[in-house]
Amino acid sequence: MKKRDPDLLLAHAPLLRQGMTTPSAMRDVLYALAPATAASFWFFGLSAILIIGSCIAGAVGAEWLFDKREARGESLRDASGILTGLLLGLTLPPGLPLWMAFLGGFVGIALGKVIWGGLGNNLFNPALLGRAFLLATFPIAMTTWVAPIGDGGFFSVYQGNLALPFMQAQVDGITSATPLGLMKFEQEATPLMNLAFGNVSGSLGETSGILLLLGGVYLWLRRDLDWRLPVSILLTVAVFSACLGLFDPERFPTPLFSVFSGGLLLGAIYMATDPVTSPVTPRGAWIFGIGVGVLVMLIRVFGGLPEGVMYAILLMNAATPLIDRYTQPRVFGRGAESK
Amino acid sequence: MKAFRMLRRGFEHGVHPAHHKQQTEDLPIQRVPFGKDYVMPLAQHIGVPAKSVVAAGERVQRGQLIAEPGGFVSTGLHSPVTGTIREIGDFRGVDGCFAPAIAIEADPFATQQVDAGAAVDWQAMSLEQFIEAVQMAGIVGMGGAAFPAHVKLSVPDGVKIKHLLINGAECEPYLTTDHRLMLERPEALLEGAEIMRQKLGAEETVIGVEMNKPDAIEIVRQHIKPGQPVRVVPLKVKYPQGAEKMMIKSVFGVEVPAGQLPRDVEVNVNNVGTIVAIADYFLRGMPLIERVVTVAGPGVTYPANLIVPLGTPVRDVVKFCGGLKPGTREIIMGGPMMGRPIASLDVPVLKGCSGVLVFTEEQTSRRKEYPCISCGRCLEACPYFLNPSRLARLSKARMFDEMKDYHVFDCVECGSCTFACPSSIPIVQLIRTAKDDLTHRKEPDA
Repeated sequence: MKKRDPDLLLAHAPLLRQGMTTPSAMRDVLYALAPATAASFWFFGLSAILIIGSCIAGAVGAEWLFDKREARGESLRDASGILTGLLLGLTLPPGLPLWMAFLGGFVGIALGKVIWGGLGNNLFNPALLGRAFLLATFPIAMTTWVAPIGDGGFFSVYQGNLALPFMQAQVDGITSATPLGLMKFEQEATPLMNLAFGNVSGSLGETSGILLLLGGVYLWLRRDLDWRLPVSILLTVAVFSACLGLFDPERFPTPLFSVFSGGLLLGAIYMATDPVTSPVTPRGAWIFGIGVGVLVMLIRVFGGLPEGVMYAILLMNAATPLIDRYTQPRVFGRGAESK
Repeated sequence: MKAFRMLRRGFEHGVHPAHHKQQTEDLPIQRVPFGKDYVMPLAQHIGVPAKSVVAAGERVQRGQLIAEPGGFVSTGLHSPVTGTIREIGDFRGVDGCFAPAIAIEADPFATQQVDAGAAVDWQAMSLEQFIEAVQMAGIVGMGGAAFPAHVKLSVPDGVKIKHLLINGAECEPYLTTDHRLMLERPEALLEGAEIMRQKLGAEETVIGVEMNKPDAIEIVRQHIKPGQPVRVVPLKVKYPQGAEKMMIKSVFGVEVPAGQLPRDVEVNVNNVGTIVAIADYFLRGMPLIERVVTVAGPGVTYPANLIVPLGTPVRDVVKFCGGLKPGTREIIMGGPMMGRPIASLDVPVLKGCSGVLVFTEEQTSRRKEYPCISCGRCLEACPYFLNPSRLARLSKARMFDEMKDYHVFDCVECGSCTFACPSSIPIVQLIRTAKDDLTHRKEPDA
């Protein structure tokens, strides 16, 4: 009897693929953020866990709710919803009511991603859009900062976290200005060591510069991150603040302070580098990064707010399609030309 | 200084697939025994199909012309075996479609000697006669594309060829045919190179070889005769190093302007296999009736480098290699980056078939497609500096005309972008769809 031939697949070349997949790239970012997240647990205790959990629940919930029934499992598996929730959570103040955090995650995904057509189609970074929504809606709660918990306080929860929806949030704990707030309104610099290791007040994830950098190096080694973006942003901020320092070293922050304070590292390494909302061309990445850096410093120094990373990135997000359009790479065998 | 220049040598971008050549790179080339049935499709390359000059029932000798060129971009076909023409009709081709072919039944008692067997006096030939001889000998580019070799030789008046570049990069994973040819037949390679160089009037011959074949580089260098203007240039191991424009960039540091040919920068590029075929014809009178094929991949029992008569069914080739292992899911003709999976084992080995690769489920890349997240890996992969991400999006939206603004026709379909894409988007396929539409679309009558 003749043996049957195997059932052969027909595919289109190339028939080899490299190992990385989009969900694994998303998971890499989660791994890279793990140390900074752990640090937020350490500094802010159970509150950090609750807030980040609420954001993720809101983000994933929105994704699940708005997805087509058959696509529900898939969009959860690609980890991008969890990542949005985590990133948002890390930008929130530790004393924020949990229901607000949940709402932020929900709105971030719903308005930042779903209505654009889902993963890959959104113009703005969903996590930052969620944060912008919260800042516009709950300005007081979003700008009330508490100091990190002291010894043995891990299981204590900031009272503010437990506020019922739509009730006036009780501000409790020792409210404490962020390093940028201190700098802007009282011209008081925070020691650099504190900024680097995170024992300062501020949002959950922005306090520990070293751990954020560590995660960035991991992402760079895994080729998940366009190094041009963080490098151009941080360099621009450093150069800008060095120039300001020439005018008035008393009033303006030092370059290192500028780089390590506020949400800059978190924004530059994890949010501006969101591939979907940043330019795809190498030259575009430089333009985007410099734009973010300049906007951050303009808002911080001349604007009404102490921090400007969020708006800087969102504004440059809006410019991304245009930047991409005008920075097309030069094609092999063609002279210098762009489109 | 020279060593430093050598290290920097290369084209930009590209990808690094694991080369998987260990399986066959040390296996000497063997001859496949003659079988019974042979099928020679009349169209084995782009251009015009050949025209049959034999009739069913006719007896043919191995090496005898059975089809003549059907036009300028067309080559002759020769019988790979001594036997009888069984039928001239439609047979299943590599692409799955039926196409005209000549079926030959081998004579089991024949000695399978090559008919012609005499050297051709190439030195006495004019360039035109030489080009015609190459065409009649059926010689095509043996690297995979099977572009008729004589067409490249026909340079317009006023164009001078300075360098003959021989492509021994073999950047496709798994394949080791050029590697083995350089190791086992360096004399033939250098003889063929000398014939080509003199006929083209080129000043020097450069042989580009990827650095993962140090033994081949060494042996070819040893066989260069004193005074013969030949250089062997080691090249970075990177895909697609063997794409002719990339290799020209790597070796000479020049970009061939878009839409132009290597001859416009005074270079003529030929594959190692092509040059050996030239030597075989002009020095031994053997037209192109067989070629070296790498049979490899995890699904084949005994991997090998084989001399296969053209027209041999893949089934016979695989059988000679001990058959398929259980779990075989994909059989590729050519390399895994630009080759083509076949649907049936009954299709014949053609002039452009450099490999028969057998993949099991594990190697097949059936991955779920995710949306494009604009990560830019395809831009970093594309050796032509195109924007594959944008091209794929436009193609999905069927905005083919806009794709021309992004130079879709500069794409050589090397597959680097698709290899690099973490979202498993079939970028090359989308680009080909667009090119096909743009090329063949009927404009409405004005």
